[in-house]
Amino acid sequence: MTNKSGSAVEMINLQRIFGDVKALDGLNLTIKPGQLVALLGPSGCGKTTALRLLAGLDLADGGQITVDGRDITNVPANKRDMGMVFQAYSLFPNLTAVENVAFGLKVRGISEEIRIKKAKELLDLVGLSREANRYSHQLSGGQQQRVALARALAIEPKVLLLDEPLSALDAKVRTQLRDEIRRIQLEVGTTTLFVTHDQEEAMAMADLVGVMSNGKLEQIAAPDDIYANPATAFVASFVGAMNRIPAKLSSGKVEFLGQSVKYGGGSSATTVVALVRPESISVTPTKVNDSKSGTVIARSFLGPQTRLTVKTHEHGTHLHVDMASSDALELTAGTNVSLTITASTVLTDADGKN
Amino acid sequence: MTEQIQSRNVVAAIPNGGDSRSRRQTSNLRKNLFDYSGLIPFFVFATLFIGGPTFAVIFNAFLSNEGSWTLANVQLAFTDVYYLSLLSSLKLALASASTGVIFGLAIAYGVAISGKPKLQKIVSTASGVFANTGGVPLAFFFIAAIGNYGLVTVGLQKVGIDIYSGSFTLFGFSGLVLVYLYFQIPLMIIVVYPALEGIKSEWREAAVNLGASKALYWRYVGIPILTPAVIGSFFLLFASAFAAYATANVLTQGTIPLLPLQVGTLVSGDVVADQANVGFAMGLVMIVVVGIAMTFYTYLDRRASRWRKR
Amino acid sequence: MNKNNSSTVTAKPGLGLNAWMIAGLLFFTVPMFSAFIFSVQVGDGTYTLGAYRRMISDPGFGEALWISARLAILTVAIAIGIMVPTVTWLHIRAQRAKRIVEFITLLPLIIPPVVIALGFLGSMPLWLKDSVYMLVFAYVVLSMPYTFRSIDTGLSAIDVKTLVDAARGLGASWRQVMVSIIGPNIQSAIFGAIFLTVALVLGEFVISNLLLWSTLPVWMALVGMSDAEGAVALSVMSLVFVWLLLMLLSSLNRRRKVRVNVGGLS
Repeated sequence: MTNKSGSAVEMINLQRIFGDVKALDGLNLTIKPGQLVALLGPSGCGKTTALRLLAGLDLADGGQITVDGRDITNVPANKRDMGMVFQAYSLFPNLTAVENVAFGLKVRGISEEIRIKKAKELLDLVGLSREANRYSHQLSGGQQQRVALARALAIEPKVLLLDEPLSALDAKVRTQLRDEIRRIQLEVGTTTLFVTHDQEEAMAMADLVGVMSNGKLEQIAAPDDIYANPATAFVASFVGAMNRIPAKLSSGKVEFLGQSVKYGGGSSATTVVALVRPESISVTPTKVNDSKSGTVIARSFLGPQTRLTVKTHEHGTHLHVDMASSDALELTAGTNVSLTITASTVLTDADGKN
Repeated sequence: MTEQIQSRNVVAAIPNGGDSRSRRQTSNLRKNLFDYSGLIPFFVFATLFIGGPTFAVIFNAFLSNEGSWTLANVQLAFTDVYYLSLLSSLKLALASASTGVIFGLAIAYGVAISGKPKLQKIVSTASGVFANTGGVPLAFFFIAAIGNYGLVTVGLQKVGIDIYSGSFTLFGFSGLVLVYLYFQIPLMIIVVYPALEGIKSEWREAAVNLGASKALYWRYVGIPILTPAVIGSFFLLFASAFAAYATANVLTQGTIPLLPLQVGTLVSGDVVADQANVGFAMGLVMIVVVGIAMTFYTYLDRRASRWRKR
Repeated sequence: MNKNNSSTVTAKPGLGLNAWMIAGLLFFTVPMFSAFIFSVQVGDGTYTLGAYRRMISDPGFGEALWISARLAILTVAIAIGIMVPTVTWLHIRAQRAKRIVEFITLLPLIIPPVVIALGFLGSMPLWLKDSVYMLVFAYVVLSMPYTFRSIDTGLSAIDVKTLVDAARGLGASWRQVMVSIIGPNIQSAIFGAIFLTVALVLGEFVISNLLLWSTLPVWMALVGMSDAEGAVALSVMSLVFVWLLLMLLSSLNRRRKVRVNVGGLS
């Protein structure tokens, strides 16, 4: 709980090849001291490989990793001072919670008195002082992961590595632990790399979210930025809900639903798919049947918001529209509505990738 | 059976009026009795053919020739040739179990980390088969291989190696240890393999990640996790060697005193008249020794499997 | 692929493992092959199946085989007849009694066969002691650990209680439930139990030898006193048969994904 400043991490042009699959294809990633960076992507995108290379559990086929400017690319894993939290089942079953937490200090030759004291402090930090003497089979999944977090932090790591630590837990425990991990990370100030396939988790916890695909970083930015200004069609589709609407591209404008919006990037063919968030469409009841109207075919009440499913008259596309529940009272199924795009720019994707 | 079912349904169908509580208790009692009634054939069989013989052994062990209670038989079992046979049986079981543990563990470990599913499947099937290969045929297999006129013995003699030049003999202690390995090693592989398989790669990675060298990982995590399973297996192997009879009977023809063979001799009736019941006393000793070993095995196996659960 | 030898990369056993495997392979195959060659070799370089012919045509062989076969059939019948209903009953009605029943079935692993023989002599009535069929009861006892485990594993793999309730609810009688619901569902477990029991009976030496019945192994040991080739030939035949049974069993288990831990039949 000392290194408030944390370490700086830099991955430069990392390559990792398994057989003929490029797990990492020139990854570049910079993490500033104390930042929590989440790597987000579908399975097989290379995010876990990146984490394991940083931990030293796997070695790169090319490229360089530095921590605080020092090249650690070929430093063995047990000399890297990285604290890692695994998906699950990583606690040593023959040791109690407190012995697990003290393990890293034990192998560093720190006296029993000091390491037990420190381990207890950390168990306290994760809220498990009372479970100190339990074995992993006597702890719930969530408790096991808390102990694993305390164990990783005990060695005062230069970087904290979280390898989908919440994926094996129940939904409720997951949200709770997610907030807690972030609180603790901010408290100890350790630079953290977090790998997940759950965008909600990444958005809720990270300073920066890096979206990966095919061994490359597609975009790295703050969560709100990633959501509002996705750099590529992949990021746009992967993060948050997205409508895919048939469109035409002409002279820098994307034309669809009888409207034209500024082209924000993506596919530049003439026939494209416009990517529009459900909250970037507004609806008003109308009697007119034209290219910018459609029929409400379903509505689901989600609390403060209501999600409508609208079938467009033009192509019969099904669109999701999110709106405040108070505004949606009269928009029952069967209502004819006119659709207005409120986004100032839209991204496009190549046609036919539905 | 059908009638009982129907009568039970009738009981359950009585409306819960009046003294419902005691009525429910009666019906619970009847239900319990009914629940266990299906086990009657098993319990009758077990009482007659496990309980009876066991009781007879224990009872006779403390009975003198004149029919009075005595400790003389048990005392006698710890003297002279009887005591020697207990000692050599314990020695044989110890030697056979420890070598079986070492070789079995080495093979199982090699196979477990090999990462070759095909090899793992072959070894597991073969172990199941060989672990059940004992008895008379096994003795003759080894006689054919390394007996006085065995193929290996004769073959090696031709190139100038005489396996009988030293103290080794197939028909003595060293031979029995070797022959028993034929079922002990596979037995060890079968019982220890799940423990080796249960070692998660996360544990090794976590240890390394926390700064442990390979040696420290084994010292603090790997060995402590495997220890209960290995020691437990030792006791199972010990019990299996201690109780084995057939192979030893064929190979040694009684040249070395072993407890099961002694008991056997007394069963077949070549016995000094006033020592008729000492056989039962030795039988009791065998039950106690094997019982202790199996208790340790069960306890340690349960401990080891607790760690495997999650 | 790895640029240097990190302690973290999965261990790659090289020569060490291979040496172990070859030593192990030799230890387990040399006695087998020696036995086979020993049984077909006459003097130097001539091979004949004479020993096998001699054994099979010996009247003692037929008698011993007939005794062992009768014992095997009766043991299987009684062991399956008791254990299948008992274990099924444990699953559907009396789960609480499972531990005690399992403990009892495991007792024969604690009481060595030689002591069981002793106990039978000390407790059975004379008319039964005079009959070869007393061995059947001893063998059923010896087979219990394996039959129980096999059938229990088979039943655990299916949801017996639900199946029985469903069948009963649809109006099936108990006999129908056993024959057409439970039976087919644990078929491979029952076959497994049968194979193990047959292997056990055919290999059992201690009890029959002590009770002076000339079963196959007892006769084999007797032959061995005077005719080594003949005894080895018999050993080869009997072990090949038992191995076939066990291999059939393990392939059966693999297909059904049911693991039966076989061990320590000796």
